[in-house]
Amino acid sequence: MLELKNISFQVDDQGADKEIIRNVSMTVPDRKLIVVTGPNGGGKSTIARLIAGIEKPTGGRILFGGEDITEKTVTERARMGIAYAFQQPVKFKGIRVLDLIRIAAGKTLSIADACEYLSSVGLCARDYVNREVNASLSGGELKRIEIATVIARHAKLSVFDEPEAGIDLWSFRNLIDVFRNMRETIEDSSILIISHQERILNIADEIIVLKDGVVDRQGTRDEVYPWLSSGTAVTAMECDGQIRAMGREVNGK
Amino acid sequence: MKLDEIQKRLLREVADLHEVPEGAYNIRSNSQSAGRRSTANIEIVSKQDVSGLEIRIRPGTKRESVHIPVVMTESGLKEVVYNDFFIGEDSDVVIVAGCGIDNCGNQDSQHDGIHRFYVGRGAKVRYVEKHYGSGEGSGKRILNPGTEVYMEEDSSMEMEMVQIKGVDDTVRTTTAELAAGAKLVVRERLMTHGEQRAISNYDVALNGKGSSADIVSRSVARDRSYQKFDAKIAGNAECSGHTECDSIIMDQGRILAVPGLEANHVDASLFHEAAIGKIAGEQLIKLMTLGLTEAEAEEQIINGFLQ
Repeated sequence: MLELKNISFQVDDQGADKEIIRNVSMTVPDRKLIVVTGPNGGGKSTIARLIAGIEKPTGGRILFGGEDITEKTVTERARMGIAYAFQQPVKFKGIRVLDLIRIAAGKTLSIADACEYLSSVGLCARDYVNREVNASLSGGELKRIEIATVIARHAKLSVFDEPEAGIDLWSFRNLIDVFRNMRETIEDSSILIISHQERILNIADEIIVLKDGVVDRQGTRDEVYPWLSSGTAVTAMECDGQIRAMGREVNGK
Repeated sequence: MKLDEIQKRLLREVADLHEVPEGAYNIRSNSQSAGRRSTANIEIVSKQDVSGLEIRIRPGTKRESVHIPVVMTESGLKEVVYNDFFIGEDSDVVIVAGCGIDNCGNQDSQHDGIHRFYVGRGAKVRYVEKHYGSGEGSGKRILNPGTEVYMEEDSSMEMEMVQIKGVDDTVRTTTAELAAGAKLVVRERLMTHGEQRAISNYDVALNGKGSSADIVSRSVARDRSYQKFDAKIAGNAECSGHTECDSIIMDQGRILAVPGLEANHVDASLFHEAAIGKIAGEQLIKLMTLGLTEAEAEEQIINGFLQ
């Protein structure tokens, strides 16, 4: 279980302190899929980076399995069982898809085993396993490989930052099945997804709406989803310049 | 001549040799021949006037290999060796050279290998040259390879040059002249450490119609090392040329990439690319989120880059 307690995060904005996250508390219980949603610029991705340890909070504590991990490094958190899928997958020269999946799995996987992870995200594994993770792959392909590396970790907590970003709608529909399957086979683990996508909100156990760096609303899907679909929430999103009406299917970005 | 354990280790590093190689070979150890074999199609003989070999490959020789590794373990040894390769028409061969120096003493050890390749019409050559240095002595390990390539019509040559470890000072000079339809591909991989210095100069003349050259260097400069990549291609006919320097700098490493394209013909098509920078932070973070430490992540990124 992951707990964020009174988390704040400030950055220096041309000499002035700018608060990206303000006193946010939230819990990701075991065996649950939590979706964090809300308008762009609301601090969603920052929350994911704070959990992975890429950013350090300026206030508050992060607990994982009861242990305070606020001061732990990215590596330490990864080894404790936190996995993180980048919104924009990182490209490498000379590192193959197979290498990345092996590193993720933390052991020398057979090619067949590595291929299973690729198949699970809808990639024809044989075509990809020896490809370099570089710009010769499309955005959608890189995204699927990114998700495969997280699945290969079998982590206690998997965090996905906007899995729908940079990927076409057709590919994304297939990815929904990946997340649905993860949700169904969830055991001693939990999943946190940052998303705007209705289909992902639909498979959430709980939804947290983050706006202007604070938790605007949180609760079960049945409690929050109808509110999101209502005019109030849509207007709130549009006020932030987002024409990404929740409750209607709109492609990622 | 029997090789000791250090010499055997050097041989493994530079030529992947565990035993006596298949095919033709000459093993040079501390300036003397430690073994040689010619085959029906490949003849290796010593030069009379200077130190070195003449290697003659019969026209039409297919799928044969020549190994000519050099190992040096005596501190203070300095040598210049001239090896000439005459590669017959329509042959298809692999040539593995390479030099390993182990210097435990306080005097510099230096091997300057001058290789000349006369590649016959339609012949196909794959050439692999690895450099390696080891030993704790204060004496430097110095390698200055000079390579001259003369390519006849429709011949092709692929050169793989690797220097990853332990060589203190290198000036590599490669020149090539290509006739019509000839194709030259060079893949250079280089890593320098400590105070090492590596300079790589290319001067390629695309003289014939339809000739092409593709020279790509991937390198990593660590500590306080210095590298210079100076690649010049002259397009003297309808031809295509490409050079690329793709480098990672770490610590206080320094790299100078000098593009040199000279188009002397209106149908010459020449490109140069160069990118130098440190390892991208996002790459390190990605691998750290997979459980690697920063140092392990760095190593993975560099290993991949130099693959």
